[in-house]
Amino acid sequence: MPGLSLFEKIWNRHVVVERDDGQSLLYIDRHLCHDGSFNGFSQLRAAGRKVRRPKQTYATPDHYTPTHTASIAAVEDPQARRIIEGIDVNAKEFGVHYFPWGDARQGIAHVVGPEQGITLPGLTMVCGDSHTSTHGALGCIAFGIGASEVAHVLATQVLWQRKPKTMRINVTGTLGFGVTGKDLILGVIRQIGADGGTGYAIEYAGSAVEAMSMEGRMTVCNMTIEAGSRFGLIAPDAKTVEYIEGRTYAPKDEKWERAKAFWASLPSDAGAKFDREVTVDGDALAPMVTWGNSPQDAVQVTESVPDPSQETDDDRRSAMLAALDYMGLKAGQPISSVAVDKVFIGACTNSRIEDLRAAAAVAKGRKAQVPTLVVPGSGLVKQQAEAEGLDKIFTEAGFEWRLPGCSMCVGMNGDLLRPGERSASTSNRNFRGRQGKDSRTHLVSPAMAAAAAVSGHFVDVREMSTEAV
Amino acid sequence: MEAFVSLSATAAPIDIPNCDTDQIIPARFLRHLRTDGGYDRYLFHDLRFDDAGDEREGFVLNQAAFRSAEIIVADVNWGCGSSRENAVDALLAFGIRCVIAPSFGDIHYNNCVNRGVLPIRLPRETCDQLRAKLHSSPGSELSISLEAQSIDDAEGQRYTFEIAEFDKFRLLRGLDDVGLTLQYEGAIEEFEAQHGEQYDWL
Repeated sequence: MPGLSLFEKIWNRHVVVERDDGQSLLYIDRHLCHDGSFNGFSQLRAAGRKVRRPKQTYATPDHYTPTHTASIAAVEDPQARRIIEGIDVNAKEFGVHYFPWGDARQGIAHVVGPEQGITLPGLTMVCGDSHTSTHGALGCIAFGIGASEVAHVLATQVLWQRKPKTMRINVTGTLGFGVTGKDLILGVIRQIGADGGTGYAIEYAGSAVEAMSMEGRMTVCNMTIEAGSRFGLIAPDAKTVEYIEGRTYAPKDEKWERAKAFWASLPSDAGAKFDREVTVDGDALAPMVTWGNSPQDAVQVTESVPDPSQETDDDRRSAMLAALDYMGLKAGQPISSVAVDKVFIGACTNSRIEDLRAAAAVAKGRKAQVPTLVVPGSGLVKQQAEAEGLDKIFTEAGFEWRLPGCSMCVGMNGDLLRPGERSASTSNRNFRGRQGKDSRTHLVSPAMAAAAAVSGHFVDVREMSTEAV
Repeated sequence: MEAFVSLSATAAPIDIPNCDTDQIIPARFLRHLRTDGGYDRYLFHDLRFDDAGDEREGFVLNQAAFRSAEIIVADVNWGCGSSRENAVDALLAFGIRCVIAPSFGDIHYNNCVNRGVLPIRLPRETCDQLRAKLHSSPGSELSISLEAQSIDDAEGQRYTFEIAEFDKFRLLRGLDDVGLTLQYEGAIEEFEAQHGEQYDWL
């Protein structure tokens, strides 16, 4: 009998019914909701339905909450206010677990889930947000869904799905100094393309992935959706177990022992078959900077903006020309020569404690040349960073230290670039207009973002002296 | 949702590879409820309208021949990115009931099916060819039959497409899948009992 992959082991245990047409009714262990999930709750209410399993449902506001104040009175837009207040009403009316705005446990859903021990190996999890793939870093099936599916899970705790194909991405070798999970995933997307993972569940494996911290793994799985795949997974190991132990919603005592024994059975079997295997040379990766409007448009910091005239595919060439025009860049220009107007350090991709430590190590003793926002992923990340003195390092460097939320990744709370402004951003999408109308986004790691902040342009962080914070 | 059986309508070519849902509807409009109205104007808002709110002449949906389009023929990786189902709200509000593309973002694909917009995958060369034809004969129609899984263009050429049986079944009937799921209530309860016992640490 051929072996099973991590993904198949979890999937098979959650199939309630498989129809003859190949559609499976998949049981959902845990459902995360955020303020933007209001459409799902509205659909539920309109249909006169209730939340089937409120104790498997967790809610926290993140997309619309301001980061400069925790006062609802400061939210001038009536619709944004309606949404922030709406999650309060929905969470209380339907009786789900709730981390309200201002509570230390509040934050970006994809930071809160692992931090609270809601995310565990072997589970199925969903959230009405595409970056739900983040949670797969702990060895679970976690995927983003739309509002109709949110309403469906709220009402039934199951979801109709077709089993995706499987892909394993083996990252060989060792990541060099200054090369992070962010650089690894940008390198992967550059290699396989923004639709390279469409229709697949991706498992990341290999020495570089095994060596990575939990935070780094979450960054990698987070951006799996930018390669077109809803699912990024990494096998649970000793680091995973150590990360989870003692967290609020994690199992305790005998249950903890039984859970650990089960998790040990989850990694892909030696004979597991994947529909596609990809190898990425981890030794060859370097700090990355994106130049275009798709996350696949990435170069190493030592490289230049690519030249569309070298591109043989017509569609690809015209897309490159359009991107250079939008981004205000010239073919062949060294990426390190590009000056930035603002820097954003945060988002579900890079707002965990390790990310903030990496940014602080670069910021320490230096001064921001451009406005720089540091937005921790949750109230607890904020507390920990303050206990370590990171907030002082940031504010002494002239960075703004903000309250937790999604902030300038998507700008729904008002943290935006002005038209034409250029950012170095630790977020996940460099789409046109993503950080505000006519905004220009370059995706980088936290250390690279801090380096750009104190230099005013992109710079190879490996050439800057840093001391441990 | 409204059933999708067949459709003969104007098709508009959108030549944007990796057209993400932030292009289909910018984030600042997501705060508006569907019932607030105005979603037709949010579709491709920043590509369709300039800073003064006037139409950009060059954008395909602003051209007379394509204003009444109910079908979009797109490029690779249509609807990638954000899970925002509001992208489908904007398509529907404009009158789009079908998108043909070489590939779709997986979440957006499901959102389309869940809301009665038919997503059709055709090979990249076929989509390129179809878009070229639509550019050279602006306003020409495509005739789509979901039952037959076929598309006929104005020149009489027929294309066939694959779609999962389950998606076809639901689209043809306009089925809200919560209703369908509730037919499996017994199986869900049985699964929950067994799952809860096996994984008591959950």
